[in-house]
Amino acid sequence: MRPKNAQIVEIVRETANVRTIRFDLDLNPVPGQYLMVWVRGVDEVPMSMSYRNGITVQLVGEATRAIFDLKVGESLGLRGPLGNGFSLAGDKILLVGGGVGAAPLALLGKAASKRGMEVTTLLGFRCCDDLLFRERFERIGELIITTDDGSEGICGRASAGLSCLDLQKFDQIYLCGPEPMMADVIGRCRGMETKIQASIDRYFKCGMGICGSCCIDPSGIRLCVEGPVIRADRLAGTEFGKYRRGPSGLKN
Amino acid sequence: MDNPVILAAGILGTTGASLKRAAQSGAGGVVTKSVGSVPRDGHRGPTVVQVEGGLLNAMGLPNPSYANFQEEIDIGREGGAPVVASIFGSGPQEFVEVAESLEADGFELNLSCPHAEKYGAEIGCEACNVEEITRAVKRSVAIPVWVKLTPNVADIVGLGLAAQRGGADGVVAINTLKAMAIDVESGRPILGNRFGGLSGPAIKPVAVRCVFDLADALEIPVIGVGGISRWQDAAEMIMAGAAGVQVGTALRNPEGYGIFRSIAEGLSTYLERKEMTLEELRGIAGRFS
Repeated sequence: MRPKNAQIVEIVRETANVRTIRFDLDLNPVPGQYLMVWVRGVDEVPMSMSYRNGITVQLVGEATRAIFDLKVGESLGLRGPLGNGFSLAGDKILLVGGGVGAAPLALLGKAASKRGMEVTTLLGFRCCDDLLFRERFERIGELIITTDDGSEGICGRASAGLSCLDLQKFDQIYLCGPEPMMADVIGRCRGMETKIQASIDRYFKCGMGICGSCCIDPSGIRLCVEGPVIRADRLAGTEFGKYRRGPSGLKN
Repeated sequence: MDNPVILAAGILGTTGASLKRAAQSGAGGVVTKSVGSVPRDGHRGPTVVQVEGGLLNAMGLPNPSYANFQEEIDIGREGGAPVVASIFGSGPQEFVEVAESLEADGFELNLSCPHAEKYGAEIGCEACNVEEITRAVKRSVAIPVWVKLTPNVADIVGLGLAAQRGGADGVVAINTLKAMAIDVESGRPILGNRFGGLSGPAIKPVAVRCVFDLADALEIPVIGVGGISRWQDAAEMIMAGAAGVQVGTALRNPEGYGIFRSIAEGLSTYLERKEMTLEELRGIAGRFS
C-alpha cells in the first residue's frame, strides 16, 4: 500500500524526551504491530503503536527530531500496521518493559484486561522523571516500578523487580525494551522460553520482508514480517543480545 | 544447480543467514545483495513503496563493502547452493578490486541498478562500458561471470552482445524499470531518492520480451528475472529462452522463503506432464515466428 495520510489530532508530552502522537485514523493494530512512519522530506522509520491511533516516540535522531517538530493539524504518511504482534494466551500474564518499550505493552495490557486476564506489569526507567503510562498500567492491574537511580520504586534495572515475583505463576510473559534488559530477563526465566514473547528492534527499511536489513543471524528470520514479536525459544543461539546490524549491514 | 530457480540480487542477500535460508528453502542458487568497495548506508526512506502491480524501490546499494562480506558468502554457502556475488563499481578498476577480493561460486556484475549515482545503469547503459568492465573482470577471475542488464535503454540486445564480446558466461535480464510515485496529499515523490525501480508482476511482460530478444541474439545463456512469482511465470520465461530464472519481489508474498520450492516443484511437475526436459522447453516460443 502507499503511505496513508494521517493528520495529527493530539500531541502529549509524556516526559522530557518522549511524546505521544495521536492520529485521525483508527488503525486497529494487534498490540506489538508497528507502523512505517514517513516524515515527509526526512525519512521513514518503524514505530510501535501505543494506541489504536497513536505512537509514542523517544527522541533519538533526525527522524524523531522531525516528528517532535510537528504540530497538531500537520500530517505524516503511514504504512501499516505491519508485522506480527503479541499473541494473548493464558489467564495470568506479566508485562516487562524498559523505557519507551512500555508503549506497546500499554496497548497489550488494555486488550488483556478487556479479556479478563490478570495483568501484572514490571517497568524499568532511568529515573522518576522518565516514568511512562503509570495510570494506564495501574488501571489494569498491579504495577511494579524500578528506577536505575532509586528515585521511584525499586532501585535497579527492571530485572531487579523480578525477584519479588513468582515467575512460575504466569502463563505468558511479554517483553519490550532495551535488548540487554530483555536478554537478561529471558536468562532469568530458564525453561520458560516458550511462554515468553519479546518485541525486538532492528534496522527496518522495507517493512515487507524483502530487503534483508532486519534478518537475524543465524536463522535468517525476517524480523519486519515474522516479528517484531518473537517467541524467546526462537532467539536461543542467535545474535539477540549480542549484536545488531546498521543500515549498511555492518555489525555493531 | 539442482533447479533453475535462483534468489535475485538485492533481495534478502545482505546476510549469510538469509542466503543460507533461501538455499535451504529450495533455491537452486542465490545471488547476494550488491557489494562495492566501501560501506554504504543506502538512500533515505521511504526506500520501498507498493504501487499498482508491484513495488518501487530505491534502496541505494546499501552494503557493508567487500572487506566485510566474505564471511556472509561463506555462511551462505552452508545452504548447499552456489552463491553468486553481485558486485558493483564505478568502472573496470573498482569492479576488479571487488571481484579479486571475494571468493564465491560466480559473479553477477551490477550494471543496471537504476537509482545510484555513478554506478549501475549510469554506466551500464553504454555498450562500450559493459564490454570493457566484463572483459576486465573476466581477466581477473576464474569463475563464471554474469552481467545483469538494464531494460531502461532503447536496445537491450546491444548490451547483451557487448557483455558476450567481453567474455560473459551469461546475462541476467532484467533489472527494474525506472519509475516514480508521487504522494497525492503533499505532491512529494514518495521515495527518499524521488525515483527508483519498478519490480513485480507489472514488469513481467517487459522482461519476457527482453529475454526473448536476448536469447535469440546471444550464444551465452540468459537468466530471466522480473515479476516471477509462480511456476507459470518461470515456465513462460524459459519458453522465451531463459536458461534459469531469478525471483525477488515475490519474496514478500505470504509464503516467504517457501516460494523457491513451490516454483521449482510446480515447474518440475509441469515438465513431467508435458514429458519434456527443461532444455526442450527453453526458447520454445522462438519456433513461432
